[in-house]
Amino acid sequence: MWCRLWESMSENIVSVNNLSVSFDYQENFLSKKQKIKAVNNINIKIKKGSFFGLVGESGSGKTTLGRAILGANKISNGNVIFHDDERDFDLTSINSKEMKEYRKKAQLIFQDPYAALSPRMTVRDIIAEPLEVMKITNSREETDERVRDIASKCRLNLEHLRRFPHAFSGGQRQRISIARALVSNPKFIVADESVAALDVSIQADILNLLKQLQNELNLTYLFISHDLSVVAHVCDIVAVMYLGHIVEMAPSRELFSNPRHPYTKALLSSIPSIDPENKSRAIELEGEIPSAMNPPSGCVFRTRCPHASKDGKEANIEMGLVEVSPEHWVDRCGVNCA
Amino acid sequence: MTHLLEINNLDVKFDTDEGRITAIDNVSLTLDQGKVLGIVGESGSGKSVTAKSIMQLNPGNTIYNDNAEIIIDDENVLKFTSKNDLKKIRGGKVSMIFQEPMASFAPAIKIGSQMVEQLMIHKPLDKNEAKNISIDMLNRVGIADAEKRFNQYAFELSGGMRQRAMIAMALSTMPKLLLADEPTTALDVTIQAQVINLMKDIIKEYNMGVIFITHDLGVIAQVADDVAVMYLGSVVEQGPVNEILKNPMHPYTKGLINALPDINNLDAPLTPIPGNIPSPLDRPSGCVFRTRCPHASKEGKEANIDMGLVEIKPGHWLDKCGVDCGKV
Repeated sequence: MWCRLWESMSENIVSVNNLSVSFDYQENFLSKKQKIKAVNNINIKIKKGSFFGLVGESGSGKTTLGRAILGANKISNGNVIFHDDERDFDLTSINSKEMKEYRKKAQLIFQDPYAALSPRMTVRDIIAEPLEVMKITNSREETDERVRDIASKCRLNLEHLRRFPHAFSGGQRQRISIARALVSNPKFIVADESVAALDVSIQADILNLLKQLQNELNLTYLFISHDLSVVAHVCDIVAVMYLGHIVEMAPSRELFSNPRHPYTKALLSSIPSIDPENKSRAIELEGEIPSAMNPPSGCVFRTRCPHASKDGKEANIEMGLVEVSPEHWVDRCGVNCA
Repeated sequence: MTHLLEINNLDVKFDTDEGRITAIDNVSLTLDQGKVLGIVGESGSGKSVTAKSIMQLNPGNTIYNDNAEIIIDDENVLKFTSKNDLKKIRGGKVSMIFQEPMASFAPAIKIGSQMVEQLMIHKPLDKNEAKNISIDMLNRVGIADAEKRFNQYAFELSGGMRQRAMIAMALSTMPKLLLADEPTTALDVTIQAQVINLMKDIIKEYNMGVIFITHDLGVIAQVADDVAVMYLGSVVEQGPVNEILKNPMHPYTKGLINALPDINNLDAPLTPIPGNIPSPLDRPSGCVFRTRCPHASKEGKEANIDMGLVEIKPGHWLDKCGVDCGKV
């Protein structure tokens, strides 16, 4: 395993090693401080040029993981390394000067195109702001040229640059957000639920645009979504998260045709089929995702797992991914119970 | 045979500062007892306004046309003016479930009190009877510890639990008609699957008529018997769910299906519908879909067409303009 990792190291753009992120939580000022582990011992490598999908339900830690990779959340344990061409950025020991440099390389596209754009700025100013804040361009002409260039790549009408966001529909706004994220010429993009707020006919357009920009600009994506059919369509490799852990990770075709972990199976069967004759009932999971404040011991999925044993031996299992077939990783407990 | 619900020639317009906008244009629908009618469409297509018209929940600037009818039990809801008449509909014969359960419960009143309050308005019950019915309903929808939940506030419940409580509350008055407006959209997929299964069982058990509004064709395929596809306030295609989803004829219905990522066919490209949904302020004349239609003619003759459904096969209704353009 390790030698394979070493071999592929050179082409990874992000390596996440044993990453944990916890938050302090205090119910009120009298009660004791608690630690909430939002992300637990995550190991992922994101290859250059890949479309890496991260799926899971609300509260599974997808967004926290994405933010930790961008340096927007404090890392409690482990490390995140961003491999640039000449140098590596280690996000655990990064200083503020390097952080500024890193921000040019890694950017975020938000979920809600209505909340993400300032209503008081013109589209041109919204897209140009990162260039000005990061002091990438030296003159207004240069800024304008970069803005126009990226706006046309994102299929925005250049005549619209002088307008304000309220004049635009959801799909156009999301294209403005994408242009803003891409204007500093980053290499790595975290797209956090970037199509979740859009209508289906527009969602398809934005997904196609993301794909096209990836080829044109040589981008690598971390695509965070709760929608499995979207992830299945655009991603090359997919990791499934549950309560802060990755329970399964595989190339997307492999994952969707041959899911191994009971949680992945349940998720897949929960997608309502568009074929009315396919009335197979979903594998119904009991209850809901437990609170991260007191997660189950051992296998975190055991409280909802259809295969959980009566004697509760899963409570004493240590979680961890094992490779069941090339590049297909499944949590240990999920391998045995299925 | 009389229908449980009959909507005839409904137009809904809103008076706004920017002018009078058309939200619903000449919609006619029928629903029978025990059936689920799915209404599907994108944002701004008028799905929710249709449902709210049945409950008379549209805001004060709403204008209905004079010849519109929404008939429940031989009575035209649109002619109701007194509060007492409306009470028969709202929460009585008709209940509604909304998308965001957190926003539908009052945050500072216990769930139980809210359930009891509305039950006592509609049924001649005393407080204790109403409480027993409410707890029984909470049990029915699969809420564990119903008695404890009865005394809790909405924020103490998780999203799936809140939606169950909402369903319990809507059903406790035994409505004949349930309006479910995107009831599963805010939920995670595994919870959505639970709620869909629950709703299917309850619909069967109570033999209600249901209008199920969603933008998700997959959910429609799983719960509905009939489906109406709406675009910019008009129904463009309508019929049995199996027929419409397997054999869609209108370019908009086809477009919706093609834009949907299908997990069973990963090689199919995602085809967006070109362009954007026009603003209701400049609703296209003639065929409303013509600005985005792949079959629209160059000379723009669709601008002068009257819209209207024609039956192309038994039960399968299609907009006039969609009949011709699909053949080309």
